[in-house]
Amino acid sequence: MPKTAMEGNQAVAYAMRQVKPDVVAAYPISPQTEVVQSFADHVAAGEVDTQYVAVESEHSAMSACVGAAAAGARTMTASAAQGIALMWEILYIAAGLRLPIVMAVINRALSANINIHCDHSDSMGCRDTGWLQIYAEDVQEGYDNIIQAVKIAETVELPVMSCLDGYILSHAMETLDTLEDAQVENFVGPKKSSLSLLDLEHPATFGPIDMTDFYFEHKRQQLAAFDGVLDVIKQVGNDFGKLSGRTYGLMEGYGLEDAEFGIIAMGSAAGTAKDVIDNLRAQGKRVGLLKLRVFRPFPAEELVAAVSHLKALAVLDRAASPGAIAGPLFIEVAAALYLKNSSVPLCPYIYGLGGREFAPALVEEVYAELPSIAGDGRQLFPVRYLGVRE
Amino acid sequence: MANLKTLSTRPELLAGGHRMCPGCAEGIVVRQVLLASDKPVIAGAATGCLEVCTTIFPYTAWRIPWIHNAFENVASTMSGVEAAYEALKKRGAVTQEVNFVAFAGDGGTYDIGLQALSGMLERGHRVVYVCLNNEAYMNTGIQRSSATPLGAATTTSPVGVRMAGKEQHRKDLTAIVAAHDIPYVAQAIPGRWNDLVSKAEKAYAANGPAFLNVLCPCTRGWLYEPADTLEISRLAVETCFWPLFEVINGEYTVNYKPKEKRPVREFIETQGRFRHLLREENKHILDEIQAYVDYQWAKLLWLAGEGERPSKQPAQAES
Repeated sequence: MPKTAMEGNQAVAYAMRQVKPDVVAAYPISPQTEVVQSFADHVAAGEVDTQYVAVESEHSAMSACVGAAAAGARTMTASAAQGIALMWEILYIAAGLRLPIVMAVINRALSANINIHCDHSDSMGCRDTGWLQIYAEDVQEGYDNIIQAVKIAETVELPVMSCLDGYILSHAMETLDTLEDAQVENFVGPKKSSLSLLDLEHPATFGPIDMTDFYFEHKRQQLAAFDGVLDVIKQVGNDFGKLSGRTYGLMEGYGLEDAEFGIIAMGSAAGTAKDVIDNLRAQGKRVGLLKLRVFRPFPAEELVAAVSHLKALAVLDRAASPGAIAGPLFIEVAAALYLKNSSVPLCPYIYGLGGREFAPALVEEVYAELPSIAGDGRQLFPVRYLGVRE
Repeated sequence: MANLKTLSTRPELLAGGHRMCPGCAEGIVVRQVLLASDKPVIAGAATGCLEVCTTIFPYTAWRIPWIHNAFENVASTMSGVEAAYEALKKRGAVTQEVNFVAFAGDGGTYDIGLQALSGMLERGHRVVYVCLNNEAYMNTGIQRSSATPLGAATTTSPVGVRMAGKEQHRKDLTAIVAAHDIPYVAQAIPGRWNDLVSKAEKAYAANGPAFLNVLCPCTRGWLYEPADTLEISRLAVETCFWPLFEVINGEYTVNYKPKEKRPVREFIETQGRFRHLLREENKHILDEIQAYVDYQWAKLLWLAGEGERPSKQPAQAES
């Protein structure tokens, strides 16, 4: 397997090339731009046979993806922040029509104010759209996740967001192992469709109108489609492990098993936390991390099992939910722990909004506070903000 | 054009039993446009009367593959369908030749759908776009669109002490489409099926995007007896309110010139949406409409190489 160095966006485009999408309909937006540019280069060089539709907005990008996927094409796109927000209406439709579209989300903050740097407000704003969400810690994962996302999407017939931190990973050059083209092609397999607009023998109506007598049943079916998804993600992660030597699951514990104090985080922050854990453990502190890889579906059972032994747990959100108790990740974790009768004291943190640097010192700050949180026990802690000037 | 005998042997692709109003022009136009295709058709529709009335789950009136996505995006949706077709054809997964049609109302075309339409035209997708133009947002209950003519009453351009219907002229969308330099653009009506079907055929034969702007009288929004739909559409042509013309590779051709150009009042007085214009205090609006129709007609003839360039734009009516 060729080891190489690529920027995150290049790696995403490289994986897209290997997966061989039939249609890519995309619109540029920082920090995703290099994905579409790199992919366009692959098309222009004849390295992939994709119908590249240079649409005139993100709303049209997702609309064209819906049309293409309904016609049975392997369909991919990429976007970020305002682009995701603009296509928001169509995201629900893509999921509701059970279309296995794969979108790279190069996580960026939502306006106002306009900020092109990393946070998770864009993908978090989509947590009810019916899309699966997988987050990457580094460029290697960003590459690996695209390949797995296609396999997952086409197996469960639901759309998948493969999330990569904007600038921090998208524009960072890191070493990674890539797979051979043939390996990727065999892994994802040929595109199959259960229903297609191009099937003239069995004409189907996509997107009819539901009155009050059918919509609820259709939504119930859509919700039921999520039932086996976590198992599929794990299966695909295992199969990918056999192929590449890198096995993926729903989450990853780092120094967690014998930890007293833990952090839950998603994305590149997990990598920073791992570094700090190594240092603190060298000082004898029993600290650990739960890196959550899959946010949708939310893997409640496995997550609770992984953290229930902790004396205190910090949940790090890279997005806010104004008016809510805390950030979106915290609320899901808290619900899961409560329902499983776990008494782990839980503290909400928000960090890194608008690309605010998430330095190791901030991770140390969290671990330094966790013992007193443990002492206070379970309560409705107000949100703590890391790295903001109050 | 395929003759009537040939057309009569083709299957009906829109099933009866749908929920459109008695007298609705859209069903007539859709059936004729579909009939005109000598290849299998794959269609899409924007949110609107057509979509709502033909696909109330668990029923569908469409005997062909069909997709509805959202209100403003049938053009980008069908761009994706067409791109998928090209991709699958390239890798041998499909071999059948097909035609693609996008149906949308004036709402989903002139206004909220304009961006997506422009994008589809600019990129050159081989899709026939049919605007079912009933000159207002009819499905949501008759609100004004930019296709609504001057003086027409709608629920958002009503008649009252301060307003006498819509205060702006309608937008010339056909000209906007023609400015994209696509192979085929035309205006048509349901009341001349011969003309409509032959235009649909030409649209299918175009090597790129094609656009048909079809005036669809609406019994509910225009306020007239359902049986009069076709006659009112013909009256629109006879008064030059809705000229029949084509723009083929940039060249304008006027398909029909009335021997006797009838005063636009004859079209106006058939419909309740214009009833207030027959009052003396609104005569200036009626005059403004006539001046507008005259100017647009003269301009069209000039573009087709017949006649002088008309000298001035009519001013907007004051309220």
